[in-house]
Amino acid sequence: MSSVADDLHHDEHHDHKPAGIMRWLLTTNHKDIGTLYLWFAFIMFLVGGAMAMVIRAELFQPGLQIVEPNFFNQMTTVHGLIMVFGAVMPAFTGLANWMVPLMIGAPDMALPRMNNWSFWILPGAFLILLASLFLEGGGPNFGWTFYAPLSTTYSNDSTALFVFSVHIMGISSIMGAINVIVTIFNMRAPGMTWMKMPMFVWTWLITAFLLIAVMPVLAGAVTMVLTDKYFGTSFFDAAGGGDPVLFQHIFWFFGHPEVYIMILPAFGIISHIVPTFSRKKLFGYSSMVYATASIALLSFIVWAHHMFTTGMPLFAEMFFMFATMLISVPTGVKVFNWVATMWRGSISYEMPMMFALAFIVLFTIGGFSGLMLAITPVDFQYHDTYFVVAHFHYVLVTGAVFSIMAAVYYWLPKWCGKMYDQTLAQWHFWCSLISVNLLFFPMHFVGLAGMPRRIPDYALQFADFNKWISIGGFAFGLSQLIFLALIIKASRKIGEPATAQVWDGAEGLEWEVPSPAPYHTFETPPEVK
Amino acid sequence: MGKGVLTAICATLASSVAVAERSDINLRQGVTDISEQVYGLHMTIFYICVVIGVVVFGAMLYAMIFHRKSKGAKPANFHESVKVEVAWTIVPFLILVGMAIPAAKTLIAMEDTSEADVTVLVTGSQWKWHYKYMDHDVDFYSLMATQPEQIANKFDKGENYLLEVDRPLVIPTGQKVRFLITSDDVIHSWWVPDFAVKKDANPGFINEAWTKVNEPGIYRGQCAELCGKDHGFMPVVVIAKEPAEYQRWLAEEEAKQLKAKEEEQKLLAMNMEMDELMDVGKQVYQSACAACHMPNGEGLPGVFPALKGSDIAINDMQKHIDIVVNGVSGTSMQAFGKQLSLKELAAVITYERNAWGNNTGETVQAKDVNALITGN
Ligand code: HEC
Ligand code: HEM
Ligand SMILES: [Cu+2]
Ligand SMILES: [Cu+2]
Repeated sequence: MSSVADDLHHDEHHDHKPAGIMRWLLTTNHKDIGTLYLWFAFIMFLVGGAMAMVIRAELFQPGLQIVEPNFFNQMTTVHGLIMVFGAVMPAFTGLANWMVPLMIGAPDMALPRMNNWSFWILPGAFLILLASLFLEGGGPNFGWTFYAPLSTTYSNDSTALFVFSVHIMGISSIMGAINVIVTIFNMRAPGMTWMKMPMFVWTWLITAFLLIAVMPVLAGAVTMVLTDKYFGTSFFDAAGGGDPVLFQHIFWFFGHPEVYIMILPAFGIISHIVPTFSRKKLFGYSSMVYATASIALLSFIVWAHHMFTTGMPLFAEMFFMFATMLISVPTGVKVFNWVATMWRGSISYEMPMMFALAFIVLFTIGGFSGLMLAITPVDFQYHDTYFVVAHFHYVLVTGAVFSIMAAVYYWLPKWCGKMYDQTLAQWHFWCSLISVNLLFFPMHFVGLAGMPRRIPDYALQFADFNKWISIGGFAFGLSQLIFLALIIKASRKIGEPATAQVWDGAEGLEWEVPSPAPYHTFETPPEVK
Repeated sequence: MGKGVLTAICATLASSVAVAERSDINLRQGVTDISEQVYGLHMTIFYICVVIGVVVFGAMLYAMIFHRKSKGAKPANFHESVKVEVAWTIVPFLILVGMAIPAAKTLIAMEDTSEADVTVLVTGSQWKWHYKYMDHDVDFYSLMATQPEQIANKFDKGENYLLEVDRPLVIPTGQKVRFLITSDDVIHSWWVPDFAVKKDANPGFINEAWTKVNEPGIYRGQCAELCGKDHGFMPVVVIAKEPAEYQRWLAEEEAKQLKAKEEEQKLLAMNMEMDELMDVGKQVYQSACAACHMPNGEGLPGVFPALKGSDIAINDMQKHIDIVVNGVSGTSMQAFGKQLSLKELAAVITYERNAWGNNTGETVQAKDVNALITGN
């Protein structure tokens, strides 16, 4: 690949940008927007985390101590919604904004004004959602899955606000996805053919297609909920010829691809970090690309594995069981490839690598429990228990969230021009790693022993583990404040200056621009050989 | 030395088997052939995962230790191998096929609800279960029996805290019992872990499940689908009795329910005293109404209306009786006409009209309620 760092110096003097808040409100710069997304995601992560603390405080002991059941349900619901739509998805979009143009040698995203919009409607959406908690009767309390008729006939009037805010989140995601696709299709540097594209770009491209395919389905689902509740339709009401299970089919037709939306970019990130710190090329690049694509395709035919207990016909249960088992094959391929990349490498353990290694092990544990959940007859026992809560937190927290943290450590020096504080990083990693397992591992046990999810109080045999789970929860929550301190420090430009290359084993165009990356990069496209 | 290692390995194995059988951290084997098969599948897939995990994490750990830069490892050059990649696609695939076959067999058996000896209609509603024996005149509601004071941490919690009901479902052992499962309002899910039965109760549709219990005993479960505020407080308790004992219980229950209906008719001619109505009414209110309208009658603003000071509870008596008997369709206010006896209805309405400062001084009698039900 060519070196463009020299040409970049003259770019720096036309960094014109308005001062103060207007810079951020009006910005069309992919780096600014990426930063906005990342900060927004982090704030939402803390807000959603605070709600998790409420949940865990109530579950610390049997009995009701702190909150009413109705408020408890609002906490689980809004925690889930915020973590999924407010933390994980915007964080990945932020990373895409920052890194995709840098990785493909483009000067910016293809549609910069739309980029500004897709970010700036998000805070509004979440303000509406959070404000609904303060209405009389409270906010949404039907779970982030908002099953009808609990969310229609039996919900309170904050449902209208819930629907509105989900619509806005959906529009934002679709705009972000269009932008990623157009950018990748049209703005790759000369010579960057499809099969030379960095893995993060590949996984995001596939994710963007998933988003465009399923966000409208979610929009349809919330709209039907809205009309069922307020305009007398009965899509989901048997009394009017509808079917409540239809809701679940529609929701999970969105919902299953959605979980891959939250993990494919993570696969991309890990596929950069592992080779960098193993000082060896990614093993099986092309099989990684094919595995990602096949996961994406298969993700459209497994949705009903969330619905085994709804009473589907035997044939459907079998089909969805087999399809779900099948999807674990390409996922396995990914894990094997990462291990093979490390094999006979020259491994060092900087912080991004530590998080990536934790990701590989803990995400795989989440994958194992996923495989167990695929076995329909056994899923009847696991379904809607804490076993499921354990499963999806392993894939979402130690999966998606850990990959985001790995990415932040990996690219922070490029963004800020300073190395992160090593001591804080060590503290953050080890506290998070230990507490996250104390938090989520025993959930497997209580789940298997029969504790249902979404309950504010539980039978006495679950008391011991729940105490430990809560302690793990508080510790994990506190650990993230270390991360906050670390990021603030780096963004205030305190720390050792970083080189352009940052990591000796790193490859890719993003390492050819100086650190911190100038406001405008690749105004003349680099040549990829 | 070698012997020591061997004993250590044996001890670990033995303890891991012991751990696997602990029902506080693992699935229980349950008391039906199906639940044992399910447990078997669970352990098989679990061990498969453990083996794959040991291999993958083992290889990873090896690389992490021996291919370290600080040990002077030089990176190798390879970055693909069609053979290896095909192998690790095919091998997991074959393992999964091996797993899918027994799973499918068990699934087929679980879904075969034909030729049942006993059929029970199970209906969920916010937040209780209703059981109806299809071939007998026996049906009843089953509500959680844990005292609110235990939940509020005022009393000590009992052994079966949150897992006890006033009237458990009774089924025979050794016979195939079919459950028809449905709901009156939102989706609930009827779950008894020891039977490996969990099936959603969908409003307007009927699901089927079955069990054949081998051991007499008391089996406890819970609602497993978020169904609103008190989702955590709608347990399932099933007592499995020897067939002869079950028959005796059923006959007694049938007689009891018949007698209750006759008594009800007698009641129409009598007037009950205010004190008695208030006593009964308070009990009924606590068990049937307080979950929504709250023990102090103040409801939950924006969700469940207050009855304290409500116009209906103070003034319009006919409307009051009507709402309690017929419910308000399209809301979670259920029709209690089918759920409570005339006496209980009269009592609870009287209670609502006189408690919490609603001092109307009026009593409502069984005949008033009956008049509204029969329309005269
Ligand atoms: C599952 C929750 C729930 C339970 C249990 C419940 N109610 Fe209600 N009730 C409601 C709701 C919701 C309304 C409001 C209906 C509407 O929108 O008109 C209501 C309304 C009422 C009203 C009319 C109040 C007014 O001022 O409009 C009365 C009277 C009443 N309920 C009595 C009872 C009695 C008596 C019981 C127990 C036998 C009971 N309710 C149990 C949810 C419940
Ligand atoms: C701070 C650490 C976290 C803790 C302590 C925590 C805790 C919990 C708990 C206890 C529940 C179960 C509530 C119940 O079923 O009663 C829950 C639900 C959930 N969590 Fe988390 N969580 C954390 C982080 C996350 C993250 C990062 C994500 C997403 C990426 C996430 C996604 C969800 C989802 C989707 C649900 C389901 C909500 C529902 O049932 O509707 N959580 N969380
Ligand atoms: Cu229920
Ligand atoms: Cu429930």
